[in-house]
Amino acid sequence: MTTTTAQPSTRATAQPTARATRFLPAIVGVAFIALVAMLPLLNITVPVILPAPTYMPGSLALISLCMVFAALALSYNMLLGTAGMLSFGHALAFGGGAYLLGVILDRFEVPLVPATLLALVGGLAVALLAGSIANRVGGIPFAMVTLAFAEAGSVLVRRNSGITGGEEGLSLATEQVPDMLVSVANTRNLYWLILAMLVVVYLVALWVDRSRLGHLARAARENDQRVRVLGLHPYTAKLAIFVIASLLAGASGMAYLLLQSGTVPHAVSADLTITVLVMVVLGGVGYRWGAVVGGVVYTLLDQRLTVLAGADAIQGLPAVLRIPLSEPLFLLGTMFVLVVMFLPGGIAGTVDKVWSRRQGRVRKSGGLEALDGLDGPAGPAGPAGPAGPAGPAGPAGPADPADPVEPTDPAGADRGVQT
Amino acid sequence: MSAVVLTLITGVGLGALYFLVASGLSLIYGLMHVLNFAHGAFLSLAAFIGWQTAQALGVSSWWALLASIGVGALVGAAFAVFTELVLIRPLYERHIEQVLVTVGLALAAVALFEGIWGSDPLTVAGPPWLKQTTVVLGAHIPNIYWLLILAAALVLGALVLFLKKTRYGMIIRAGVENRAMVTALGIDVRRAFTLVFAIGGAAAGIGGVLAMHYMTFVSAHLGQTLLIFAFIVTVVGGLGSLAGAAIASVLVAVLQQFANFYLGGTGDFIVVIMLAAVLLLRPRGLLGRKA
Repeated sequence: MTTTTAQPSTRATAQPTARATRFLPAIVGVAFIALVAMLPLLNITVPVILPAPTYMPGSLALISLCMVFAALALSYNMLLGTAGMLSFGHALAFGGGAYLLGVILDRFEVPLVPATLLALVGGLAVALLAGSIANRVGGIPFAMVTLAFAEAGSVLVRRNSGITGGEEGLSLATEQVPDMLVSVANTRNLYWLILAMLVVVYLVALWVDRSRLGHLARAARENDQRVRVLGLHPYTAKLAIFVIASLLAGASGMAYLLLQSGTVPHAVSADLTITVLVMVVLGGVGYRWGAVVGGVVYTLLDQRLTVLAGADAIQGLPAVLRIPLSEPLFLLGTMFVLVVMFLPGGIAGTVDKVWSRRQGRVRKSGGLEALDGLDGPAGPAGPAGPAGPAGPAGPAGPADPADPVEPTDPAGADRGVQT
Repeated sequence: MSAVVLTLITGVGLGALYFLVASGLSLIYGLMHVLNFAHGAFLSLAAFIGWQTAQALGVSSWWALLASIGVGALVGAAFAVFTELVLIRPLYERHIEQVLVTVGLALAAVALFEGIWGSDPLTVAGPPWLKQTTVVLGAHIPNIYWLLILAAALVLGALVLFLKKTRYGMIIRAGVENRAMVTALGIDVRRAFTLVFAIGGAAAGIGGVLAMHYMTFVSAHLGQTLLIFAFIVTVVGGLGSLAGAAIASVLVAVLQQFANFYLGGTGDFIVVIMLAAVLLLRPRGLLGRKA
């Protein structure tokens, strides 16, 4: 690959711009967080998107929900985008966090902070157990196994109604929670708490992506066999990523519990995992900011399309149009299919592509295309991770998706070319 | 004794239902490496249309039941072929995207069914015989289980005959074995893809109508509930193996029924524990190829 050896001359000229662009995301990020943090103090009306001016509890609760799902989407992106693990059991981590915290607060009457720590330890144990078994298989079987585990969790929650409240759900034991986080008037405190959680989740995701662990997981995603030949252990790396992502999802689940003053079985259902998957793919697989955008956009659409469905303009339509349009999930599902088929980079991937083309740079491989060949060892792997402002353009793009060569998958490794 | 017989036969009957769903999943995965999340939607749609057919023809006649099963199979196959041609084929060889597309389709389809038929379950009545029981060794077996077992046995027999005796069956078997080689021999496997989807959809459609009678209601979520067990069955049996799916579906369902009866309704957990055990001891499944 030519990208690895940039000529000194180009590097020298590229340096000032590299320095400027390196800090640009951080500056934009900090400014954006500051703006979001100030929203409860401002009176901004956003007509269609928010139900009320930004300082009202209704709007703050909606934005908080967006942030909870943004954090969850970030944790899922770590699995799918960084490590290439298609998990269908992420709801177990999210709902598990919510239910663990809820049950601990309800049963053991411990204050919020120690209860949170206890719930995280519990989530860690579940993630280690589920992850160590599920990671014995990869690719599509991994998806099925995680789905089965999440289903077991879901059944556990629904059956033991004495502890979890069953179908009715579990309401938050407010006497254990500090007063400043409880009533509707205090929504803004909760809002700031959730914003802080989102920032922490983002920073952890950033740290994982930049660490040796993240590099190893990405390398294993590209070519598991080659990593093993190098004497490294993809199993451990994948398990570590799985556990970290589960803990972050658990933290978002706890925030969800506090925000909704309770939790319902939907939080552990396979539907929730699929929701998160849609968020991440919509935002752009492999892009951290894409996951955040996907989480926010999906939640807003989900909430506001429900309102739209009740509008007179929709209700007046003939049944052929009215029925599909009044089902938000139908619209979101259709949109998801269209994004997967025609816009595989999602929002972030498309923006990144346009931006890179304007800058005349080589685009880093991202989006769903980067996952191709995930079923098995990919062919010649492109440079893992961001290509950065490297010198002359090399063939750094993702492998041709329409690769005519049959990719040998793990199940077929032994039935490749035989006599 | 009679309790054991009852549990065993109801287990086999439930396994028959799992097999109807899992056979298509397993064949599709074996040939195309697509995990079809929309399989549950095929099943639900077939059940709804089957329900409508039975309503139109008079619910209590045998003729209406057979017609609804036939219509269900056709609807399942048609929906599956549509899915393959419109959504799966353009994403040829991109397995993750293919899975995601079926996920999106399942999401949209379930929402659409809820919009059309409502979110409350629709109760169904069949021929009165289905509600009665037959006494075997002192155990009263609800008759629906016989119907399930018969249907699954017929489907299994038909599938085996098709796969062993016909040209397309051979192409499918060869494709599961080594698709690159089949393509290299100049055979267009893509036609086999559509065919496999049609077969899987038809089996799921039959399963959908029968599942509706088994549950005595039909709702938009009928298919997704069964789908999870069908996934477990395909993993336990070995992905891509029809015989594996048949054995595993009976094994899983019998185990589930026994645990439900003797271990206080823990059937669903036992099944997941069994899945974990199989993965730890034999990750390729019972009859799967060596991974």
